[in-house]
Amino acid sequence: MTDIGHAVRQICAVYHNDASRLMDIIEAVQSRYGCVSSEAMNLIAQALGIPRVEVHSTVSFYSFLSNRPKGRVIIRLCSDPIDEMFGMLPVANTFEETLGVHVGETTADGAITLEWTPCIGMSDQAPAALINDVVVTYLSTDKAREIVAELRRSGDPRKLVHRLGDGHNAHPLVRAMVHNNIRRKGPVVLADLPPGAALRKALAMSPIEVIRDIKTSRLRGRGGAGFPTGMKWEFTRQAEGARKFVICNADEGEPGTFKDRVILTEYADLMFEGMTIAGYAIGAKEGILYLRGEYAYLRPLLEHILQVRRDAGLLGRDICGKRGFEFDIRIQLGAGAYVCGEETSLLSSCEGRRGDPKNRPPFPAQKGYLGCPTSVNNVETFCCVARILDRGPGWFAEIGSKGSPGTKLFSVSGDCAAPGVYEYPFGITLAELLRDVGAEDVQAVQVGGPSGQLVGPDSFGRRLEYDDLATGGSIMIFNSSRDLVHIVRKFLEFFADESCGYCTPCRVGNVLLLRKIEEILHDRGSPDDLHYLEELSATVKFASRCGLGQTSPNTVLSLLRNFPEVLKRRLKPPAGEFLATFDIRAALADTERLVGRSSVMYAP
Amino acid sequence: MSETIGFTIDGRPVRARPGQTILEAADAAGIYIPRLCAHRELHPFGACRVCTVKVNGRPQAACTMPAAEGMVVESNTPELTEHRRRLIEMLFVEGNHYCMFCEKSGNCELQALAYRFGITAPRYPYLFPNRDVDASHPDVLLDRNRCVLCARCVRASQQLDGKNVFQFVGRGANKTLWVNAERELADTNLDVRDRAVDVCPVGCILRKRQGYTIPIGRRRYDHEPIGSDIERAGAARGA
Ligand SMILES: Cc1cc2nc3c(=O)[nH]c(=O)nc-3n(C[C@H](O)[C@H](O)[C@H](O)COP(=O)(O)O)c2cc1C
Ligand code: SF4
Ligand code: SF4
Ligand code: SF4
Ligand code: FES
Repeated sequence: MTDIGHAVRQICAVYHNDASRLMDIIEAVQSRYGCVSSEAMNLIAQALGIPRVEVHSTVSFYSFLSNRPKGRVIIRLCSDPIDEMFGMLPVANTFEETLGVHVGETTADGAITLEWTPCIGMSDQAPAALINDVVVTYLSTDKAREIVAELRRSGDPRKLVHRLGDGHNAHPLVRAMVHNNIRRKGPVVLADLPPGAALRKALAMSPIEVIRDIKTSRLRGRGGAGFPTGMKWEFTRQAEGARKFVICNADEGEPGTFKDRVILTEYADLMFEGMTIAGYAIGAKEGILYLRGEYAYLRPLLEHILQVRRDAGLLGRDICGKRGFEFDIRIQLGAGAYVCGEETSLLSSCEGRRGDPKNRPPFPAQKGYLGCPTSVNNVETFCCVARILDRGPGWFAEIGSKGSPGTKLFSVSGDCAAPGVYEYPFGITLAELLRDVGAEDVQAVQVGGPSGQLVGPDSFGRRLEYDDLATGGSIMIFNSSRDLVHIVRKFLEFFADESCGYCTPCRVGNVLLLRKIEEILHDRGSPDDLHYLEELSATVKFASRCGLGQTSPNTVLSLLRNFPEVLKRRLKPPAGEFLATFDIRAALADTERLVGRSSVMYAP
Repeated sequence: MSETIGFTIDGRPVRARPGQTILEAADAAGIYIPRLCAHRELHPFGACRVCTVKVNGRPQAACTMPAAEGMVVESNTPELTEHRRRLIEMLFVEGNHYCMFCEKSGNCELQALAYRFGITAPRYPYLFPNRDVDASHPDVLLDRNRCVLCARCVRASQQLDGKNVFQFVGRGANKTLWVNAERELADTNLDVRDRAVDVCPVGCILRKRQGYTIPIGRRRYDHEPIGSDIERAGAARGA
């Protein structure tokens, strides 16, 4: 047996040959060998005692994992519309030219692979790319050439970082050129708190009292769905199970959001404190931070902060001297799958499987990670928790609006003077936000990312809160020069790529929606298409199994509702009995090429 | 008798045992809720969504949703029928289904659903995917062109055969049925007598050398619509 056998067995042994740690094992094998080869899959399957096809299934699900060798360096260009607006296409062309490959290919010497990847959480410093784990921002065609030259010279992406970003981006464990772009701090999340301060106050109360405080504060989840946090914790506490889990959802995959990135960089202590309080409240000893693969560059810093907290008695046994209270946190790294932000897919992924959502009921609070009661909450939610315990639920409930207490972080990107992260009390109007970020000539705003709403000026008076314009925080601004139909196409492409493929409406329906929008973009749309899009969207929303498919048509529907003229302008009325959507020349092209002459009847 | 749960489907009172799904309770009551991925002998999976009903006004898959006291379930309504029709049409355009050349024709549940719903041609464009055929196994043919990703074979192999012959790889439109081997079906421990070979609702997993032993025209759904057995049993009990 070659040494790969020995190495793989060793890696598996580190994780006690536990199949539920398959993600970590695969990631370790891949980082050592560049891919998880067929041979490696066999070896992993043998060591863990699971069918080989299960390993294959997991590897094939995640876009950062591969069973075929790729370049030693992988350049992943961010494909979201914001990056495109700020010049990604010429940058991509420059990469293609200087490397001599197309996107999706590897250079002949096996050194560099060029790929597209969905939003990497850097829309405030677009265009951006990931080069292995290294983030490069504010790209230009000149920089693309320099990057290729440096990679050819040293093969080391770390050498691409010349100037470090602000705050912890410059920390020796991070050393990233990323900027925080914190534009407005508020009293709840982006504020300092000495580690342990909130936790000590929590430990002075009973777990039931902590949950009562969270309920009194009326805190709702910041991850998008807005479920009351206190209630979720109560369900998890009451569910039967010897082992319980607290999971922090740091998958932050919704295009245009990056506020969790900033929390993870600057306020991770606050977040970990919130998780520890949750562990105390629900009776969990174990916590997991599910960190999206794109943020792997933050992992060493986060591990370090966890260790500092252990050393300070804020994690581990008898926390803060409280006898019997035990809690610790491990980091689970994702590998490029938006759907893994959905809480039940996240659980599948943590369990080492493909990121398929699970059937509900049972809900995670009843049967979550490894079948144990689990509370999954967003990064920002945990920060709110810590602040509530420190300042009191009354203080928190006073901030914001009636149905939406507290503040919210907004990730603002696109056509504005000051993209970045803003913390506002809930209830400000979109117009106020647009004014503060310096947005002019605004045609449309995508509120809540592609799964949210595309709204126009007649909605700018609406309030950003759960009961009006709800958002997990993504605010993408488009001025009057932007083509909204093209943007919707990009979003549909994203959903079609990121669908897990489990259920029919989402797996097939999103592809069909994309096809139709592409036809319209190619001037082959007819007035009937409006009805077609409405119907198809309705079924995808209605019948899909999880939130991804239930919200993916929103981008089409809000274009239809809020910008009907934008779409109608591109539709051609049928010419007599003929279908405008049928292009006879394109239909004949292949045949004409094969027979080597053009059609007599339909000659151009 | 142990305690039962009472609820309604399209206004008809139905009783369920605790733990039973809406679909199971409906079957027992002689009410046919259209379905494709569900199979009596297998754990529910919830992939095709053809069984989607409204429970107290909200969409749910009948095959995975446990029955609960007082539920108001709608199933046979014009709205739901229309959604189901669209889902079935999606499944047709997603694969490469040429029924006239397919050995499953007449016994195929997808085709039978299309008949029951009066679908003559899908409204969506065919996607014409490029999919592999695996003819390596001496006794079993795997023609992925017709696979609807229902996971019946995956579940049957695990739950009934005690094996792990099948699983899915890839995601989204690239999701594909794969086998537990480096290359092909012949390298797995699949036996032609495995239940996994029987449960495929379409013509993706076929026994070799069994073509047309029952002539077209004398096959199951040539005679009566899919679901008739359930409805007949209900009628016989005077439901
Ligand atoms: C497709 C999809 C992606 C999601 N991505 C995230 C995410 O990146 N982060 C997050 O906190 N919640 C995400 N959610 C919402 C989670 O399912 C879940 O509601 C949330 O993590 C609960 O935390 P909260 O109650 O604190 O909001 C996503 C949901 C869906 C359907
Ligand atoms: S809606 Fe269906 S296919 Fe789409 S991500 Fe959810 S489970 Fe997967
Ligand atoms: S599997 Fe069914 S629907 Fe597909 S071609 Fe065969 S008979 Fe037709
Ligand atoms: S092969 Fe048949 S049983 Fe298996 S997933 Fe495909 S359609 Fe379903
Ligand atoms: S039968 Fe219920 S989802 Fe397929």
